[in-house]
Amino acid sequence: MKVRYFAWMKRTVGVAEEDVTPPAEVTTVGELVAWLRGKSGGHAEALAEGAAFGAAVDKRTVPFDAKLAGAHEVAFFPPFTGG
Amino acid sequence: MAVRVQESDFDVGAELERLTTGNKRIGGLAVFVGLVREMHVREGYHRDRIDALTLEHYPGMTEAALEEIEAEAHRRWPLEASLIVHRHGRLEPGERIVLVAVGSPHREAAFEACEFLVDWLKTKAPFWKLEDTPKGEKWVGAHAGDDQAAARWEKK
Repeated sequence: MKVRYFAWMKRTVGVAEEDVTPPAEVTTVGELVAWLRGKSGGHAEALAEGAAFGAAVDKRTVPFDAKLAGAHEVAFFPPFTGG
Repeated sequence: MAVRVQESDFDVGAELERLTTGNKRIGGLAVFVGLVREMHVREGYHRDRIDALTLEHYPGMTEAALEEIEAEAHRRWPLEASLIVHRHGRLEPGERIVLVAVGSPHREAAFEACEFLVDWLKTKAPFWKLEDTPKGEKWVGAHAGDDQAAARWEKK
């Protein structure tokens, strides 16, 4: 699946998007976050426990217990500041 | 109903003209135009002067989120017309960022729906502001006041 990062998270991770193949036991967004932390120091910092960020699966905001089954694109981003 | 996300500026007069032409059921049109402020003001005091803002967004999700918010406004109020135009990219102080316009037979629904749309788009549409200041670049943080403003429209 494709993982995308926005705003400061993109800079901290070091890439805007990446293709990942998490192991089968990663079934929720929260589990994906925990697994991604192991990829690099930037990932660990951007996705740190307690950091304020949200997630979307296939362009819809979801809670961290949302299932990943069938997901094509998962995005992580800081709180929105538009308007 | 219409939502647009674009880099270019918009002409408020032309947009309103197009929105209302041909619909004589509209008795009131409420309009909000957001501009880039030269000072970043938070919690009542002035902080950094900014040279520019760069608005990043999530193409595809942004449009879907704005359409959802707009549809919610139409469910809650008797609206005849609505338009949301939001810019992205680099904007300097004084430039327009966002246009929200709502037409209804009566002014009360138009005012309320316009305020609702602005409050919700700030917290529910995926935009992020990066400030270019004399001290360097700085991502704008979420504002508790925006969350409170959005929360008052949540249905109990």
